Amino acid sequence: MIGVVDYKAGNLKSVDSALSHLHGDFFISDDPEKLLKCDKMIFPGVGEAYSAMEVLRSTGLGEAVKEFASSGKPLLGICLGAQIVFDHSEERDTPCLGIIPGKVKRFAPDMGLKVPHMGWNTIEYRELPLFKDIPQNSSFYFVHSYYIASENDENVAAICEYGIPFTAAAVKDNILACQFHPEKSGEPGLQLLKNFIELY
Amino acid sequence: MFQKRIVVCLDVKEGRCTKGIKFKDNIDVGDPVEMAAKYYRDGADELVFYDITASHEKRGIMIDVVRKVAEQIFIPFSVGGGISTLDDIKDVILAGAEKVSVNSSAVRNPSIIEEGASLFGSQCIVLGMDAAADPDMPSGYRVFINGGRKAMDLDALAWAKQAESLGAGEIVLNSIDADGMKTGYEINLTKMISRSVGIPVVASGGAGSPEHLAAVLKEGSADAALIASMVHFGDYTVEDIKKHLTTQKIPVRM
Repeated sequence: MIGVVDYKAGNLKSVDSALSHLHGDFFISDDPEKLLKCDKMIFPGVGEAYSAMEVLRSTGLGEAVKEFASSGKPLLGICLGAQIVFDHSEERDTPCLGIIPGKVKRFAPDMGLKVPHMGWNTIEYRELPLFKDIPQNSSFYFVHSYYIASENDENVAAICEYGIPFTAAAVKDNILACQFHPEKSGEPGLQLLKNFIELY
Repeated sequence: MFQKRIVVCLDVKEGRCTKGIKFKDNIDVGDPVEMAAKYYRDGADELVFYDITASHEKRGIMIDVVRKVAEQIFIPFSVGGGISTLDDIKDVILAGAEKVSVNSSAVRNPSIIEEGASLFGSQCIVLGMDAAADPDMPSGYRVFINGGRKAMDLDALAWAKQAESLGAGEIVLNSIDADGMKTGYEINLTKMISRSVGIPVVASGGAGSPEHLAAVLKEGSADAALIASMVHFGDYTVEDIKKHLTTQKIPVRM
């Protein structure tokens, strides 16, 4: 059973739809106790890091995600959820959950590129069950103004380039994090979620 | 490699897709959910639904369409038309759309951009702008509201910059002069706006051939191009267009 963390950061309808489409066994909850009992966790989110961390603190959901991650059970962070598992975000100077070492930085305004990085971009991944049956350089849908700078190369699962190369996906043991939105990335995105459901 | 987006636009009136010329003479072109599924399969990168339903009582029909689309289509989509309050934004987002597009309501009350962005994030709030050439305006283009019917004392470039500073995450820029004419996008307008703001600009109005998309994505500096009639009436497929863009060395998702 997959528990999808609802911490009021954006809308969970698209994650809900994609998991339903894949016939995933899941529930969406804001109850830390219930979420800690599930076998796998999806930690989604769009929006702003500081407010999200405030909610995670006040509801105890942040502690639940940390505890779940340290239990060794599979966790998948998506977009803001992927950023928040790192140590710190430049977005309103926000200390995050510190599950994977690294920082979240803002795309520099002087790169001559539009921010947010909004749209489809290709990724290059290293061999992991998460990317099974997904061709290299497949396109995924991104929408973010801040990017993950993983501290250790070993935690980089996929890279993407937007002015600079950045961590498109991260891995640490059973903890996975995707900056892109698999639930909005067409067939490769659905395949990735299917892999998370079936192979972890 | 970062790719230019092809956005397919569906005008929805009381639960059916229609297409008008210069905002008038709408004809029925199909069921929005079926059409969305078709364009998803054909490789559209994003969809936009404009609710052109006149009456407020029939809003629920659109929300139902949004919900059904969200359950079947796994690419981003936005909804515009008649969005005038934070509750309208919330209804559309909770039904499963990624973004909402505000147009007339934002001109009347710019704070909806700011409030919407702070509640749902800038990435959710798209400014839809209808503009037409007007030599009396500082940038040469004037903003119109109410589906292009009402001229405002508002300069297109100034409004684009203001919307960005209020927190809009993207601009869908529609040329009233070019809309439905199939003679090409308004390159000058698109280039001026896109090069003056730091957020993505989607060019809209006037697409009639793949060459038109290539021109607006290159010379017009657009980040994405919106199409409607050229695919609704079967003249081209999304794939035809993307193949052409690839030959022009414009990166697209194949």
